[in-house]
Amino acid sequence: MGLVDRALAGDRLALARLISDIEDEAPAGDEALGQLFPHTGQAHLVGVTGGTGTGKSTLVNQLALHIRSIKQNGSSRKVGIVAVDPSSPFTGGAILGDRIRMRDLAGDPGIFIRSMASRGGLGGLARRTRSVVQALDACGFDLILIETVGAGQSEVEIASTAHTTVVVDSPGLGDEVQAIKAGILEIADILVVNKADLPGAPKAVRSLRMALEQGYPKRRAGSRAGDESSDGDGPEGWAPPLMETVATRGEGIEALAGAIDDHRSYLIASGEIETRRRGRIQAEMDQLLRDQLAMDFLAARGEGAFFQAVERVLARELSPRQAVKGLIEGMTEER
Amino acid sequence: MPKTQQRVLIAKPGLDGHDRGAKVIARALRDAGFEVIYTGLRQTPEMVAEAALQEDVDAIGLSILSGAHMVLVPRVIALLEAQGQTDVPVLVGGIIPDQDIPALQEIGVASVFGPGTETEAVIQAFRAAIGSNDHGH
Repeated sequence: MGLVDRALAGDRLALARLISDIEDEAPAGDEALGQLFPHTGQAHLVGVTGGTGTGKSTLVNQLALHIRSIKQNGSSRKVGIVAVDPSSPFTGGAILGDRIRMRDLAGDPGIFIRSMASRGGLGGLARRTRSVVQALDACGFDLILIETVGAGQSEVEIASTAHTTVVVDSPGLGDEVQAIKAGILEIADILVVNKADLPGAPKAVRSLRMALEQGYPKRRAGSRAGDESSDGDGPEGWAPPLMETVATRGEGIEALAGAIDDHRSYLIASGEIETRRRGRIQAEMDQLLRDQLAMDFLAARGEGAFFQAVERVLARELSPRQAVKGLIEGMTEER
Repeated sequence: MPKTQQRVLIAKPGLDGHDRGAKVIARALRDAGFEVIYTGLRQTPEMVAEAALQEDVDAIGLSILSGAHMVLVPRVIALLEAQGQTDVPVLVGGIIPDQDIPALQEIGVASVFGPGTETEAVIQAFRAAIGSNDHGH
């Protein structure tokens, strides 16, 4: 039996090795993805993003514990976790430390945790995070938690990867305005103030609530999906709830897990899940198309032409844009 | 072409609370271009083997200062074998008496480092251990 069949049958070592092939962009990984893709589309993909030190890993740990503890018809949902940490741009090395906060999850065969280095990915994810998530989805993980790099401002790529995006903030990280920087608030389906037991928490909650009310003036920030009949906003609106948690003590986790499920129900009831699926596939294909074109270009022209052009730009003979245009025109002429 | 990264697990099985050595090695390996999965203190052998499996690492470094290496290391290796991870080399660092080293090598440990080993030597040992097995990356 090949790795793909073994992974689909529940062999965890086979799944782990497939993920490495996918992550390494090996031909075997691409082939596996092709075989796995028809099995995808069942999992609920939940992104967890936010600044460094807001407690994302601890929150993911608690969420996974909680979800595993809920049994429906005698079984509980299987949870996949993909945690991304930054690679050093200089050495390519990385320290992937998210497991430190996830030790409670050890020994549960219904949980699979994979750490990923960003390997040059800039949007808070690695280039292959989407593909790794697909492998977990195909292999029967019902809910997949995707934890981004903790940069705090630029990791908006998660919104085009997940169905539900949870943005985590915590008090005491300095400037409250930091929390509401462009982009990051807009992608939140659920906002969490973690470490809600710290002195600065009420202030952080207030400033986020204000930002939400500005962003969703008609929807009354903080109301839950179930309240929508009362504000007359109709089923098309989702007002991101603002939740408080103390992840180290498990406080607020049940409510957060409930909000994640509510959001999924909302996506399905409103039909928005289809819109998001389409958007996700478009974003993935767009990225793959760019990558593939760049690789084809380098294969056709060789890297030499590229580096020659770099020299001409350095000498200020060409602008970067002119150089790229020239390279591409050169490629089409040769064909 | 994308360069394939080496992935290693640095784990501290057992009960001693000293992780400075493990952290120094983790950082040195990162600076040498490795992706280092660091799992923190007080790991059971089961946790180490399971993390190695899920992360599909190319090598495992165990840091043990408690004196329990002759119990913990065989247990980790037995678990790895039971999972089919026979091709993943295990390296051990910490306070390991010289007389225990042959026994550890006998059960398959690729390298043993005592206190004061240069980090460069550790990095070279990881490279050699990964290079000498055919774990398919």
